[in-house]
Amino acid sequence: MSSLSATIQDVFNAAGCPKNANKSEAERKKGCTKQLQPGGAAGGCSFDGAKIALQPFTDVAHLVHGPIACEGNSWDNRGSASSGPDLWRTSFTTDMNEIDVVFGGEKRLYKAIKEIIERYDPPAIFVYQTCVPAMIGDDINAVCKIAAAKFGKPVIPVNSPGFVGSKNLGNKLAGEALLEYVIGTQEPDYITPYDINLIGEYNLSGELWQIKPLLDEIGIRILSCISGDGKYHEAACSHRARAAMMVCSRAMINVATRMKERYGIPFFEGSFYGIQDTSEALRKIARMLIERGAPRHLMECTEAVVAREEAKAWAAIERFRPRFAGKKVLLVTGGVKSWSVVAALQEAGLEIVGTSVKKSTSDDKQRIQQLMGHDAHMIEDLTPREMYKMLREAKADIMLSGGKSQFVALKAAVPWLDINQERCHAYMGYVGIVKLMEEIDKALYNPMWDQLRMPAPWDVTEVTRHAKALGPMEVPVAGGRPNSVGAEKAARAKRTHSCSTVDFSIINDRIPAHGSNAPDAMAHDTEASAACMRRTEENTPAQPTSALQAAE
Amino acid sequence: MAIVTCSDKACTINPLKMSQPIGGSFAFLGLRGAMPLLHGPQGCTSFGLTLFVRHFKEAVPLQTTAMSEVSTVLGGYENVEQAILNIYKRVKPEIIGINSTGVTETKGDDVEAFIRLIRQNHPHLKKFPLVYVSTPDFKDAFQDGWEKTVARMVEVLVDSVDAAAPRDSLRVNVLPGCHLTPGDLDELRTIFEDFGIRPSFLPDISGSLDGHIPDEFTQTTIGGIGVDEIATMGQAAWTIAIGAQMRRAAEAMQARTGVPFRLFERLCGLVPNDEFITFLSDISGKSVPKRYRRQRGQLADAMLDTHFHIAGRKLAIGAEPDLLFDISSVLYEMGAQVTAAVTTTASPVLERVKAKEVVIGDLGDLEDLAKARQCDLLISHSHGRQAAARLDIPFYRAGFPIFDRLGAGHRMSVGYRGTRELIFDLANLIIADREDNRQPTPATWRTVGAGLHVVPPQLN
Ligand code: SF4
Repeated sequence: MSSLSATIQDVFNAAGCPKNANKSEAERKKGCTKQLQPGGAAGGCSFDGAKIALQPFTDVAHLVHGPIACEGNSWDNRGSASSGPDLWRTSFTTDMNEIDVVFGGEKRLYKAIKEIIERYDPPAIFVYQTCVPAMIGDDINAVCKIAAAKFGKPVIPVNSPGFVGSKNLGNKLAGEALLEYVIGTQEPDYITPYDINLIGEYNLSGELWQIKPLLDEIGIRILSCISGDGKYHEAACSHRARAAMMVCSRAMINVATRMKERYGIPFFEGSFYGIQDTSEALRKIARMLIERGAPRHLMECTEAVVAREEAKAWAAIERFRPRFAGKKVLLVTGGVKSWSVVAALQEAGLEIVGTSVKKSTSDDKQRIQQLMGHDAHMIEDLTPREMYKMLREAKADIMLSGGKSQFVALKAAVPWLDINQERCHAYMGYVGIVKLMEEIDKALYNPMWDQLRMPAPWDVTEVTRHAKALGPMEVPVAGGRPNSVGAEKAARAKRTHSCSTVDFSIINDRIPAHGSNAPDAMAHDTEASAACMRRTEENTPAQPTSALQAAE
Repeated sequence: MAIVTCSDKACTINPLKMSQPIGGSFAFLGLRGAMPLLHGPQGCTSFGLTLFVRHFKEAVPLQTTAMSEVSTVLGGYENVEQAILNIYKRVKPEIIGINSTGVTETKGDDVEAFIRLIRQNHPHLKKFPLVYVSTPDFKDAFQDGWEKTVARMVEVLVDSVDAAAPRDSLRVNVLPGCHLTPGDLDELRTIFEDFGIRPSFLPDISGSLDGHIPDEFTQTTIGGIGVDEIATMGQAAWTIAIGAQMRRAAEAMQARTGVPFRLFERLCGLVPNDEFITFLSDISGKSVPKRYRRQRGQLADAMLDTHFHIAGRKLAIGAEPDLLFDISSVLYEMGAQVTAAVTTTASPVLERVKAKEVVIGDLGDLEDLAKARQCDLLISHSHGRQAAARLDIPFYRAGFPIFDRLGAGHRMSVGYRGTRELIFDLANLIIADREDNRQPTPATWRTVGAGLHVVPPQLN
C-alpha cells in the first residue's frame, strides 16, 4: 500500500501536469483527488481508468484480481478494435470468494496466472489490483514477481484499486505500470528516423485507422501506439521512438513526460479531431522528426498529403453548411474534447451554445475562449434537470455527449449524438469529421422528431378538437387507397390455413378449371387435403387438427 | 436429476456471473420514486449503471456513498449519512434502497446501526423509508441480490397484519423473479386483469424500465410500485411468487401478514401456464376467458410448427438458475437435449434441470463443454456471442445483460403468448442458420479421415 501512495504522489508531482504547476507546495501534496460527494457522485473508479488505458493492448491477457463486481459487471463494454490478436476480448478474473477474503487471495491469483499461461501463452499478463484484495493486503507486486520468474514471462502488476480515486487517476496509474515494467524492456528489430509513439490513443471504433494510412503515405512509422491496437512487444520497444504525440488526452501525460526525461523523446499534445487540428498534428509530427534528424523532404510529403486531404474534406463539408446554419449545439463532454470538437463543429457552421468544462484544465478553457470568443458558454457543472430544461426550452437543437446523459436529451425529444467511448462511429481525421457532420445531419433532420414532438390528439384541448371536428373535411390522400392489383396478388398468395403447399391461387385457378365442387374432388384437383377443403368450403376459422397438417 | 458441480479453476474466464449488489439495486429500480444506493467506492456504482443503461437503454438512477481509501479504513458512517442527506435534499426520492458492496463488507460496516443513528440525528428522516440489504460481492450472484432485497422489502415495508384479518379476495401480490422482463410483467398484468384480479407487483420494473417517455423529468425511478401500495400488501388474498428465488420473499410475506402463497417455478411452457391459468380461474371464481383458450391453441400450434426445428438440438445454455430452469425446461419439452448447462450460483431448481450435469461456472466452461459435446445452439446473455461465434453455432440471447440488441426490456417469455414468441424466435434462428451456413453440399456427404463422418441433410 505504501508504495502505491508513493506512486500516486509521483503522479501528482508529474512535471507535465499543468494543474499542479500552479499549485503551492502544500496543495500539491494533497494531490488532485477531489473529495467525492457521497450521494452525488458519478464516474468510474481508478481500476476502471487503468483498464481503459491498457486493455487496448490486444495480445496480452488482462487479469482482474478481485471479487466478481469489478470485472463481471464491466467486461466487454468498450469497442477498441484490433488488427490481429483478440486475447484482449477474453475476460479473466480471480472472482474472489469469501474464503479468499478471509485467508487472502494471493494463492488464487498465482494459480490464475498459471492457468492463463498454460492455456493461452500470451506474451504478457497485466494483473489489475482492485479494492477488496488491496484492503486485505494481497501483495500483487510480489505475486507477479514470483510468477514472472517462475514462468519466464512478463507479469505486470497494475496497482489501481478503485477507491484511491477517479478514472483519470487510474489512467495515470496504468501509465506508471508501463513505465516501471514495460517500456524499455525489449528492443525493436530495426529503427528508422521516422518512428513515433502515439500515447493516449485507444483506437475506439477503429479510429486510429483513419490516421494510420496518412502516416504510412507520408512515410512515418507508428513504432508503438499506447495503447490502441497495441502489442506488448511494441510497447516494450517504444523507448526507441524519435518523437511522440499525446493524442487528444492528458490521460497518460506521465508516460509522455517520463519518456522525455528518460529517453529524450520529445512530445507534443495534439488532436486528430477536426480538419485543422489534424493537419496541425501531422505537421508537428513531421517537424519534430526533422528536428531529430529525419530528412527535410518529410515536410513536403506531409504538406502534399495535408493539402489533398483538406481539400477533399472541405468540399465534403460544404454541403452541410446551409443545412447547419442557425443550428445550435450543446456539447457535454470532458477534457480536451471540449475544445477539439468545438473547432470541428464550427468548421461546419454550427453554433455552440455551451460546452462543459468540468474536466478541463485552465489550458483547455483558454483554448475554448480563443475559439468561441469571450461570451463562450463554459458550463462548469450541469445537473441533468438543468440540462433537460435547457433542451426542452429549445436552447439547443442537438446535444453531443457521452452515453450516460443521452436520455436527458432523448426524453426531451432532442437529437443526441454519442461522442464518447461507447460511440459506434469513428470521428477522427479528415474522414472522421465528415462522418461526424453526416451523423449530426442525420440526427437533426430525422423526420421522426416532428411526429415525436406532436402531442397525442386526445391531449389537445377539447375546444380545438371540437373546432376541428366541425371544420371542413379533409380529402383522403390518394396514396392511402389500397392498390387493387397488389391486394389481389396478396390474397392469392396467401396460404390456406394449414396446408403447406397449397395457396389460394391454386385453389382459385384449379377449381373452375376442373369444375369440381365436392370436397373430395376438390382435394384431389388442388392437392390439398380433404379436411382442409371442407373447412375452406365451410369457411370456419382455422384450427390445427392434426400434427401432420400443422407441420412446417 | 442433474448433478450440480462447481468449476475448480482459479481463474474465471469470461464471467457469466454479475455481482450481488447490483442485483439488489435492480430490485430497488422497481419501486416508484426510488434511488438505489450502493455503499462502496464509486466504481462499483458506475459499472452497475453502465450495465443497466446498456441493457434497457433508459436513464437509470443509481448512487454511491463514494467511499475513498481513507473512509474505507475509518468506516463509512459519515459517507452513508452524507449520501442519504444529499439524495434526500437533491432528488427528493420516496425511498432510498441501500446495498452493501464487497469493500464495505470486508471492512464490516454495520449499516443497520448507521441508519438508526442517522434517524436519531436527523429527525426529519425518522419515518423516511430506508431499506438496507447486505450483499457482499464476494458471495453469491446477481439473482441472490435480487432475492435478498425483495425479501427485505417485504420485511421492512409491508405493514404487518393479523392472520385473521379480512382480505380483499380479488387482490394478489405478485413477486416476480429477476429473470422476468418489463414485457413479461405487462403480460402478466393483462392476464390478471382479465380475471378481474388486481395485482401488486413487488418490485415492478415494468413501470420504471419499460422505456416510456415521462411527462416530468425526475432523477429517481419514473414508475414502479409505490411505498404506499407495498404497505397494504397484507390485505391481498394471495401471494404469487414466480421463480424459485422468490420463495424466501413469499415466506416473509406469509410470516408477516398471513397471506398464503403459491410458487410457480416457471411460467414458460404449456403445462406451467395451464396450471397458472387454472389457479387464477380458481381464486377468482371466473371461468377461463376466451382469449386464453385461443392463446393456448395458438401455442399448441406453434409447438407443432417449431418442434421440427428445435427437436434434437444439442443445447448449451448459460444463465442464472431460474432462467436456466425456465428456458432449458421448455426446450427440453420441445425435444431439445440440454447438453451443457452452466449457471452462476446455487439454487434448489438446479437439480431439476433436465440435464446430466449443471456446472456453477463461467462462459469459458460453457464454451469448453459446448465444444466437447458438439452442441449446436448456444443460449446466454450477450457476453456469450463471442463463444457462439468461435463455435460457429446459432446464438440466442436471453437474460441480462443484452446490450447488443434492442428491445431487451420488451421481450417476453411468460404466458402462452410469451412461450410462443420464444419458441418462434428460436426456431427462426435455427432456420436462418441452416439456410446461411448448413445447406448440404456434396462435400458434406464425404467421409472424412478414418471414421465415418457424414452430415446428413436435416429434416425439412
Ligand atoms: S471501486 Fe473498487 S470494488 Fe468497486 S469496481 Fe472499482 S475496483 Fe472494483
